[in-house]
Amino acid sequence: MHQLWLIPALPLAGFLVNGIFGRKLSKPAVNAVAIGSVLLSFLWVVKTLLALGPLESAYTESYFTWIQSGIVNVGFDLAVDRLAAVMLLVVTGIGLLIHIYAIGYMSHEGGYYRFFAYLNLFMFFMLILVMAANFLLLFVGWEGVGLCSYLLIGFYFLKKSAGDAGKKAFVVNRIGDFGFSLAIFLTLVTFGSLDFGEVSAKAATMSPETTAGVVTGICLLLLVGATGKSAQVPLYVWLPDAMEGPTPVSALIHAATMVTAGVYMVARAAPLFNLAPIALDVVAFVGLITAVLAATIGLAQNDIKKVFAYSTVSQLGYMFLALGAGAYSAGIFHVMTHAFFKALLFLGAGSVIHALEGEQDLRRMGGLRSKIPVTFLVLMCAAVAIAGVPPFSGFKSKDEILLAVHAYSPWMFWVGVVTAGMTAFYVFRAIFLCFFGTYRGKAHPHESPLVMTLPLGVLALLSLGGGYINVPQYLAPVFGQPNVDHDMTLVAISVGAGLAGIFLAWLFYVVKPELPEALARTFSAPYKLIYNKYYVDEAYDALVVHPLRDGSRSVLWRGIDAGLIDGAVNGTGALARSIGAGLRTMQSGYIRRYAAWVVLGSIVVVAMVTFLGGAR
Amino acid sequence: MDALLFLTFAAIAVGCAINLVLQTHPIASALSLVGVMGSLAVLYLLLGGEFIAAVQMIVYAGAIMVLFVFVIMLLNAAAEKKTRKPALRAVVAVPLLFTFLMLVAYLIQTQAPKGTGVKFGGFTGGGPADIGRSLFTTYILPFEVTSVVILIAILGAVVLARKEV
Amino acid sequence: MPSEFPIPLPNLPLPDAVPLSWYLILSAILFTLGVAGFLFRRNIITVFMSIELMLNAVNLSFVAFSYHLKSVDGHIFSFFVMVIAAAEAAVGLAIILTVFRNRQTLEIDEVSSLKL
Repeated sequence: MHQLWLIPALPLAGFLVNGIFGRKLSKPAVNAVAIGSVLLSFLWVVKTLLALGPLESAYTESYFTWIQSGIVNVGFDLAVDRLAAVMLLVVTGIGLLIHIYAIGYMSHEGGYYRFFAYLNLFMFFMLILVMAANFLLLFVGWEGVGLCSYLLIGFYFLKKSAGDAGKKAFVVNRIGDFGFSLAIFLTLVTFGSLDFGEVSAKAATMSPETTAGVVTGICLLLLVGATGKSAQVPLYVWLPDAMEGPTPVSALIHAATMVTAGVYMVARAAPLFNLAPIALDVVAFVGLITAVLAATIGLAQNDIKKVFAYSTVSQLGYMFLALGAGAYSAGIFHVMTHAFFKALLFLGAGSVIHALEGEQDLRRMGGLRSKIPVTFLVLMCAAVAIAGVPPFSGFKSKDEILLAVHAYSPWMFWVGVVTAGMTAFYVFRAIFLCFFGTYRGKAHPHESPLVMTLPLGVLALLSLGGGYINVPQYLAPVFGQPNVDHDMTLVAISVGAGLAGIFLAWLFYVVKPELPEALARTFSAPYKLIYNKYYVDEAYDALVVHPLRDGSRSVLWRGIDAGLIDGAVNGTGALARSIGAGLRTMQSGYIRRYAAWVVLGSIVVVAMVTFLGGAR
Repeated sequence: MDALLFLTFAAIAVGCAINLVLQTHPIASALSLVGVMGSLAVLYLLLGGEFIAAVQMIVYAGAIMVLFVFVIMLLNAAAEKKTRKPALRAVVAVPLLFTFLMLVAYLIQTQAPKGTGVKFGGFTGGGPADIGRSLFTTYILPFEVTSVVILIAILGAVVLARKEV
Repeated sequence: MPSEFPIPLPNLPLPDAVPLSWYLILSAILFTLGVAGFLFRRNIITVFMSIELMLNAVNLSFVAFSYHLKSVDGHIFSFFVMVIAAAEAAVGLAIILTVFRNRQTLEIDEVSSLKL
């Protein structure tokens, strides 16, 4: 036994301590509990993985039978295989860095202990999600991180937009979870088990004719769940709004870990997806559309966090594209590198925002290069990583994906390359707007404290060098050897697209700052379209929210609730009232009338005795 | 002879009872009730209930009716005023009571035991000695309980009738 | 007809012994009249007397049945009824006194506080 349960239990303990006693604890104590629990958890992960050695097959620990009823037999089982190992290291490692960063970032905020309690709770659920050995336990973690996401987006609950964003995230995720839970039911009915190992074993032995339809159905429903959690088209709308939460939350939950849960889940269900090529095609298609759509929106956003949020959506689309192309290991590789550089981007943005005392608008930044040099340096590291500049981490993982996609479908490769160019463009646009030119704001920028810059430095190193962790090779026993030949032409094309994007951004925002405005005027219609995010929110409002609300109001409320249900209730009352009103006339209060009723009653009794033969 | 006596006193009893119902002044009703009780006492004698007949006269016609008359006098009760709407009452109550009476009479006619009939002297077990023996042997517990009931009634009457309640 | 009776009697077709049912029907008539008194009279005292009439009617049937069964039990029953009637009369008349003292009326329809 390697006591896997300790890994999630430590953050849970941190949550309980901070959640229950946090109000009375001092800030250092809250820090010690929160950081300490995550640090111990990280160390335990490292120790366990070292102890488990090469981990050729999954190592499972069963603790107790959780649900046993009919065909449902679900155990509380935790498992670690190579896939989970990668995710565990990413989650606990990045989580630890972001916890440390949050000490500095949140130092002036109210609800300090609450923030760290939620963060620890999130770590607990995320670790459950990663280590779950069956679909249901994964679902527990899945829902748990959704809850924490909701709580943390709405952390500044006095701000209406934050509360609304939290609710939006929650509701949109419910749609996805609906699909996920249906997938779980279907899995249970089809395979009689929810255990990953058992399900894949049974799916492999069943004849393709019998399983094809059902497995495709399961996979498509799983995809619905994944689109919700991982912000894919059409359910991506919650993620940009989720930036209302504190920046460390954006970095940890809405960039590095939680949103990749969908990718992780699809990779977990890879044995099923491999049996359902149609579902894989849909995954690739959804990923591609998401990548392109989000990248174009990102071109025209002015809020620094919004830019990175759309970038996250776009990168998640990339991961799904990889999954759909069958390159699961490349997808997970990108999950890891993305966790590095996107966490860094967000934390760096947070550092900028911190320095500017809450300013998030790129139009009121500029020229910060000399004022906050450390932040500039680390953000540059992240930017070159995400832009796919060799030899940094983004280049490595994106390269894997694009090569796999080329093998899968060449036209998708070209679209992916264009998207990579756009990615490079908007990230460097943000960097140039923020750090070059002249300062356009009013605040007095100051460099962030060491407790914030230290995690930034670590993440910067990981962003630059993380690509040399050969994740695809490590995951080969899980997903099979990736068999893509490293065609240097294709690599050159994708790198060229990234460099072109950087060059255009430099041209537009450093050399000729008046050019973008002129372009926006010339192409005002498409510019407006992407500036307003393709009016997707408005379209959802018009097509889903308003019909639902109006329908609920007129049919469900006025018709069914007020009319039918209240009518039935009031009708029952009115009936009893009218019967009572009739009977009340009997109760006159006059003694002799009561006597008359008694006489009437005795007549009835005597008549019954006489005619029905009660007397002998 | 028995039948004649029965019919005579039955007629007196019914007549007095009708009078009780029809009279508006309570003192007239009370006197009618005394008449009913007296004739019933005679009928008890015919049925062989010497003791009961005596108790009927002493306790009922004597004590209880005196109490009634006393209260009537005490409250200075006058005749009832003319009712405002007697019609409905008569229309509803008279048929009701008539139906009741007819039903009971029918029940009695069809169900009552057909014995030899009542003849004076046919039963002589109702003397004081027989009653006393029965009361103090078979019915000793109810007899004692009635004494408690009467005690409570006395206390209740005293409590209710006191000036300050 | 016994010959020593001085007054000449009309030659009615009277039975030698009175049937039990005659007593019972008399009892029923008296009882019904008692109910009628209860329903028609408005003076509380008269209503109370009607109740006594009903009790008497029931007593008559007790005694009649006692004759029929050649048993003293019916007599005992009517004796108990009389005892209870005495107690009831005492309490009832005390209540009437109290009602009169509080409301200055003996009209039974004025006493209708059973209805809120």
